[in-house]
Parts: sequence; C-alpha cells; structure tokens
Amino acid sequence: MTFNAAALLLLIAGLALIGWIAGRQRSNLLAGRAGTKLHSRPQYHGWYVALWLFAPAALFLAVWSSVSPGLITNQVLASDAAQSLPAFGFERGAILSDARSVALGQQERVRLPAAAPLVQPYADAAHQYAWIGIAAMLALALAGGLYAFTRIKPDFRARTRVERIVMAFLLLASLVAILTTFGIVLSLLFESIRFFQLVSPMELLFGTNWAPQSGAPVDDTFGGIPLFWGTVLIGAIIAMIVAIPIGMMTAVYLTQYAAPVVRRWVKPILEILAGVPTVVYGYFAALTVAPALREFAVMLGIPNASTESALAAGIVMGVMIIPFVSSMADDSINAVPQAMRDGSLALGATPNETIRQVLIPAALPGVMGGILLAVSRAIGETMIVVMAAGLSANLTANPFASVTTVTAQIVKLLTGDQEFDSAKTLAAFALGLVLFVVTLLLNIAALRIVKKYREAYE
Amino acid sequence: MTQDDLTITDPKMRAQGVDVFYGDKQAINNVSIDVGTDLVTAFIGPSGCGKSTFLRSLNRMNDTVASAKVTGRIELDGEDIYAPSMDVVQLRARVGMVFQKPNPFPKSIYDNVGYGPRIHGLAPSKPDLDVIVERALVRAGLWDEVKDRLLESGTALSGGQQQRLCIARAIAVDPEVILMDEPCSALDPIATAKIEELIHELRGKFAIVIVTHNMQQAARVSQRTAFFHLGTLVEYGKTTDIFTNPKQDRTKDYITGRYG
Repeated sequence: MTFNAAALLLLIAGLALIGWIAGRQRSNLLAGRAGTKLHSRPQYHGWYVALWLFAPAALFLAVWSSVSPGLITNQVLASDAAQSLPAFGFERGAILSDARSVALGQQERVRLPAAAPLVQPYADAAHQYAWIGIAAMLALALAGGLYAFTRIKPDFRARTRVERIVMAFLLLASLVAILTTFGIVLSLLFESIRFFQLVSPMELLFGTNWAPQSGAPVDDTFGGIPLFWGTVLIGAIIAMIVAIPIGMMTAVYLTQYAAPVVRRWVKPILEILAGVPTVVYGYFAALTVAPALREFAVMLGIPNASTESALAAGIVMGVMIIPFVSSMADDSINAVPQAMRDGSLALGATPNETIRQVLIPAALPGVMGGILLAVSRAIGETMIVVMAAGLSANLTANPFASVTTVTAQIVKLLTGDQEFDSAKTLAAFALGLVLFVVTLLLNIAALRIVKKYREAYE
Repeated sequence: MTQDDLTITDPKMRAQGVDVFYGDKQAINNVSIDVGTDLVTAFIGPSGCGKSTFLRSLNRMNDTVASAKVTGRIELDGEDIYAPSMDVVQLRARVGMVFQKPNPFPKSIYDNVGYGPRIHGLAPSKPDLDVIVERALVRAGLWDEVKDRLLESGTALSGGQQQRLCIARAIAVDPEVILMDEPCSALDPIATAKIEELIHELRGKFAIVIVTHNMQQAARVSQRTAFFHLGTLVEYGKTTDIFTNPKQDRTKDYITGRYG
C-alpha cells in the first residue's frame, strides 16, 4: 500500500459528490414539509456539505504529501539497519534514495549494496505512514461532511456560507501570482547578496570593464556600465527612435483618418504583430537586417561595422514595440473627449491642427505611460539581442558596432555547465535584480501617469 | 408657420427648406428660418425635437458625424455654406460655437483664448496676441477674475468661468455669428445669470443663436424665438409674441407646460 495522492484526491472528490447529493436531498426533504421555507436553495446546501467534506481533507492531503517523506526517512534512520550508514554527505543520501526507489517499486533492485538492508524498513515505514495518512484524511472528510450535514436547517444560511468560501478560493487564486512575484524577488535577492559578498555593488553599478572569469573574482572585471549602456542604446534609444514616431503616426491615422473598414483590418493585424514570438524577430534581425546594415555601413566607410550591431537589434526591437506604442496612443487619443475635438473644429481649426495642438497634447500623459511601458519591455527583451546584438561588452556610441545587453549577458552567464558558487554565475542574479528593479520602477511610473491622466477626464 | 410680423430685411443667415438625416432617420424636416444680424434668436422645444441638430448644421459641425446628411440651402450673407467652394474652416471661423458642456482645452487660460487667433494668423506678434486675448476676456466678462492667473490651466476654473472662457475663445477669432448649444444647462443659477447678462452685452456685436430648454431663459435673452417640435419648425416670431400670443396650439401647449 503506497500513498498515491492523485487517487486519494479522486476519492475525496467522489465523497464530496455524495455529500452534495445527500445535502441537497436533505434540504429538499426539509422543504417538502408543510410550513417550512428554506433560506437557501437546495443546491447551496449540497455545495456546503461538499465543500466541508472536500476542502479540509484536500488541505490535509497537500500537507501530508509534503511532510510524510521526511517522517518516513526519520523512521528508517531510527531503525537498526541504518546505524551502519556513513554519517553525512553524498553517499548517505544516495544510499537512502536508492533504498526508497526500490521500496516504492520505482526500480527493480538496489544499485548500491549498502542500500539492500534498508529496503525492508523503508517499505514498512512507507506502508505505516500511508495508512495513517489515509485514515486521518478520511476521518477529516467524514467529520467535515457530518458537521455540515447536521447544520442543514430550513433557516440555515447555506448560500451566504458557500459564497464566502468561494470568495476565499478566488482570493487564494489571486494571491498565487502575487506570492510568486515575491518568491522570485526573494530568490533573486538571496543569490545577489551572495554575489555582493564577493564583488562590491559599486563595482557592478559603476565599473566600466566587463570580463567575468570563472574561479575567484578578479578585481575590476564585473563593471556593469558597458551592459547598461548597451541596454539603453538598443532598448531605450534606437528602439524608441523607431517605435515612437511610427507608433504615434499609426495611432493618429487609425483614430482620426482611417475609414472604419481600414481600421477593422489594420488594428487586428497590428495586434498579431504584438503576438509574434520574439525569437522570430530575432531571426529576422540576425539573418536579414544585420547583414544588410553591415554592408550599408561598410559602403559608408564606418569603422568597426559588425554583423552583430546595436542598430540591427534596436531597429527590429523598435518594430516589435510599435504595436505597444500605437495601441496605448490609440487608447489615449480615443479617451480625449469628443468635446475637445468639436471645440477646436468649431473655432475653424483644421483636423490636422486639432490633432497636433489639442488631441496629442491632451493625450500626451497616456502616451508617455505607454512609452515607459514599452521601454520597460524593450530593456527586458532577450531573444532579439542574444541573436542580433552580440556578446562583446563595448562601451561605444557607434550604432554599427557590436554591443551587449544585460539580458544577453545573463543568458551567456547561465548557459552551459555552471558552478553555482562562483562570482561569474552569481553575477547573472545580480544583473537580473538590477533589471527587475529598473523595469519595476518604470512600470510603477507608467501606471501612475496613466492613472492620473484617466482621472482627469472622468 | 407664421412669419408675417418678422422684419428681418437683411438676414445674417438664412435657411431654406433644410432637411437633416442621420442615416435613414430624418432629424430635421423642411425648416426655413432667417437669423437677424443684431438679434438674439432662441431655439426652444422639447428634447429630441432637432433644435441642436439644426444649430449644428449652421456651422457644418454635422460634418464630423459620418452618417449625417444635410439638404436644402443655408446661406451666410447670401453665400451657400454647403457649396463646394465654401471652405469649412473659414466658415467656422465666421460662425463660432459654444457647447452645452464647457470644453476648455487642457491648456492655460491664455492659450485657450489665443488658440483660434494663432491658427488663423490673426496675431502677427506676441503683443498683438496679448491685446486680442485681453479684449476677448474683457468682452466675456472674465478678465477681472483671471487677469492674474492667465497661465493657469483653463480646466481649473469653475464651471461658469469655464463656459465664459469658451465664449471668450469663440469671440477671440472675431466671428460674425455665435451659436450657443444650451450653454447654461451644466451651470448653477448664478453662473447662468452671468452668461445671460453676457449675452445681453454681446447682442449687436454678433448675431447670436441660442438653443435652450429653459423657456424663461429664451424669454429673458432673445428677441426672436423659434419653436421646434418633432424635427419641424412650428412657429417663429418675436419672442414677446411667441410667449404672450402664440398662434399655434402646439406652441401654446408647450409654453403653458402641457408637454415637454
């Protein structure tokens, strides 16, 4: 007898169904009596019983699944056969896991001879704890179900209770994303702290030489400035020079000039552009745009022209961002009240003057918010720069030269075989933390601007 | 409809047999009316009677509604405003408009008033524009209240001040006609009284057409009143005649509060 969580979950789900039927039946019986009026409709009573049956047992199942392996191991270690185990380290763990695999039927025979005597104690312990777990779970389910069942009365407010429980589930669901974010931040933070114990934060933030080596950290090789500059050059300068004018003009055309039929076609196509996987943009940048730009640069006689250029990555990233900018600008321009447009037109302004002098200034805060969001997306973008921008950390303003970005370096530091205690690997987490903080601040700023602006017209 | 005692010899605007359609729906049916140069003309009538629609066809603001179609003839100084040769931008500079809800631009008070003169090139230099802005604000009765804060946002003013700012904005381009579409419906009684006073003062300098729900307001500010009902012009005449001695039963019923 082993402890199979999935099967047990099915079992209590089945019990819950029985509970649902029983609860509903009982309240129907109560309702059938003369002179009684139920507060809640029968299915709410059914749901009340089912939830009381299911939720505590499922919760116990979740806890037990994570706790019981530890308990089983403890019991095995306490047995006589375990006294001959090596005290600590890799071998002890390997022997235990070998014995566990055989005992749970996951493998035919022991691979390590020392594990053989432990198989039987392991199987016994697993068996014992499985029974304890199942018994406790069933007891909990029955107790919950009975408790709920006995509470069914004509005036019992089952609907209110059920709705409250459902609300709690919804709250739990929304907490998942938030808690995950916290978890990510914490894991980044812990690894970064380990890195900053080896290398000073000042060096990472203000150093100008980036040449991380394996092994013990060498002074002045973890300077992040070339990466930050490359990120800004590609994501915040070149990409925005492409995306802002084109996105704005797209939005102005779509909101002010386009016939409805044009708008109906162009808008979805732009939205499809936003859904193209970035790796596809990466191909386009690396295989089409970058070689063409290099030839162009060579023709102009520009030195250091590389096939991996900041310009190629930036232009393609700008194209990728266009739908973002245009859809935010579109929303903002549409949010400017018709009365503003009418007021300007009624003064004898042309549509063009109205757009330039009234609509765009009025929409500007919203557009700015959209641009900040786009920047934050651009600097966090990885695939395009990995494929098209290169990996050499140059501090240059020449857009035809190869530069690298924070994200591209994170990929470089973490791919291949890594030891997770060297400064080189840990640097990836510190860079990730910097990126996270910067994009977080950009997002907060953008959302605040957008929110403030929305309030102005409501 | 009666027009016997109407003594408008040289109308500023003249509409003849005007129909307005929104898609298939006819909003205005065969309306003919003359608007006098030195007069305030009020359009009254129950909600949905078409008075605002008709007002908006006088400066072709209906052009901004894709489904709207205007037929018939509307003249400004004898010139057909729907003729292909008519430039709608110049038309709207000559026929200004004030809307139901104050709609100042999210710019400074100065720039709100200066907007029209700038786009029409009326002020070659900054001092010229200063003069135009000041004069428009004085005429709109707003100068004393805002002269020390011309660079503050127009949207920070009170509702009544915003509406007078919008009137100043319309005056600043020196139009010949000012159309007012229920200019007081979003204002409190004190702000309303100020706007009405202002209309009195502007009379004679501009031809004014005002749409209003409020019959007392029409009686107070106008010399001519047109009563619209279900898209037709029921009666048009001197305001005193319309309110004391209406010729049509429908007008009488509306004025005495039988419906509306």
